[in-house]
Amino acid sequence: MPKVPPEKCTKMALNGDEAVAYAVKQSLVDVVAAYPITPQTIIVERFSEFVANGEVHTEFIPVESEHSALSAIVGAAAAGARAFTATASQGLALMWEILYIASSLRLPMVLAVVNRALSAPINIHCDHSDAMGMRDAGWIQLFVENSQEAYDTTIQAFKISEHPDVLLPVTINLDGFVLSHTLEDILILPDEVVHEFLGGYRKVAKTYVDYLRKEVEIKLDPANPLSFGPLDLYDYYFEHKVPQIEAMRKAKEIIRKVNDEWYELTGRRYGDGLIDPYAVEDADVVITVIGSTAGTVRHVVKKLRNKGLKVGMVRIRSFRPFPFDEIRSILRGVKVVGVMDRAISYGSYGPSYLEISTALYNLSERPILINYVYGLGGRDIPPDMVEKVFMELLDIAKKGETAETFKLLGVRG
Amino acid sequence: MCEAKEPRRWFELPISALPYKLSLEYKTGGWRAFRPVIDQNKCVKCMLCWIYCPEHAILWDGKIITVNYDYCKGCGICANECPVKAINMIPEGGGTNA
Repeated sequence: MPKVPPEKCTKMALNGDEAVAYAVKQSLVDVVAAYPITPQTIIVERFSEFVANGEVHTEFIPVESEHSALSAIVGAAAAGARAFTATASQGLALMWEILYIASSLRLPMVLAVVNRALSAPINIHCDHSDAMGMRDAGWIQLFVENSQEAYDTTIQAFKISEHPDVLLPVTINLDGFVLSHTLEDILILPDEVVHEFLGGYRKVAKTYVDYLRKEVEIKLDPANPLSFGPLDLYDYYFEHKVPQIEAMRKAKEIIRKVNDEWYELTGRRYGDGLIDPYAVEDADVVITVIGSTAGTVRHVVKKLRNKGLKVGMVRIRSFRPFPFDEIRSILRGVKVVGVMDRAISYGSYGPSYLEISTALYNLSERPILINYVYGLGGRDIPPDMVEKVFMELLDIAKKGETAETFKLLGVRG
Repeated sequence: MCEAKEPRRWFELPISALPYKLSLEYKTGGWRAFRPVIDQNKCVKCMLCWIYCPEHAILWDGKIITVNYDYCKGCGICANECPVKAINMIPEGGGTNA
């Protein structure tokens, strides 16, 4: 029995963006800086209404670009504030330079990315190209399947980000329009439950600084002056990168722990927090997928299982840190894996294909891997298309080989 | 945690990209290729070098102007600004007329 069962929650009809905005409203966020961009706009629009209505204590900074939005919350986080921003597509691309600064300064913050294709040609619909462009920026990247998970994960993201073993910025990714603009019944926790889950306002982590001869909070404070990120040459830069690697490694455990705590609190959990497998136990073929398409794949798995076909699905919830061990232990006995990517690295494969190949390479016996790139620019991925993929995978499993490892799904010609 | 041997290992540094010592302890004079040398006979103590030095490496003790070679990077702005050409930039290392 969860501590706060559904009957103690308020049910609200919200779209994905509104669900994120509401989660931010309840998370005691001190500073929000944002610039509007489709399909993210609703998040900061709703949030600015909360500010205007005096429902939150948050300082809202309407900046002139996304570069400034992220810069402003880097400053806010460095001053000890709990900070949030949201963006999509070109806006995220414009933040790119500051993304690396936020993570290497080890500043906790949450960024909602409402996934949208990148120009050109200009397109406002969903794919994961924007998020994959920040793959190596040192941020934790969580992807959600539905809007309830978007609400849940936004609150969890603050807790993960601020954990003293982590201290890394977190992005919560939700699919543009598919989730951001689609109404869903969301279970909203009472405000005080969220406050308690987060331990109140942000508590700033401490570190020992030699010239101050004491442990101090990692923040801009005239009483204990610190310089954030001054010059490092070949003498110390490399040493400053190792803690980022370590923090990302430790983050896996914290993401799992927060997922467990959420389960105790609400009765909802998302796999182990890192991956969310479905019907994989005796599966011959498995599809791996990221984001809202998991809902479609899950539906098709149910249908095919009813026909007695041994098919399963793994949804990747945490793309950074990537759950290599977990993926390996689930996929090691599978015959064929179809890796679905809603992004492409030109001249290579889809991003998650590379990760899953890496996870499986050192096994003596490993499944055949086929990459399916789908849904670019919001191209629809209906259930019958997923069903065809499963049939193709089952056929390959029967033959035991395939010539092609890279396929485009749902494109003409 | 503190007073670790130099150069430090990665786990002996503060969290975040924070320096553990002040920049005063990080002497940058070694970067210098040219050394400014003040001819005290020509110097009229106008203080323009003191104003223009970007490193605060020009010192004034109330009587004469000198250079703090621990931090002077040898940029030569002082010599360029000096109205009476009292500052000469002398090559470090192989310099002969220092």
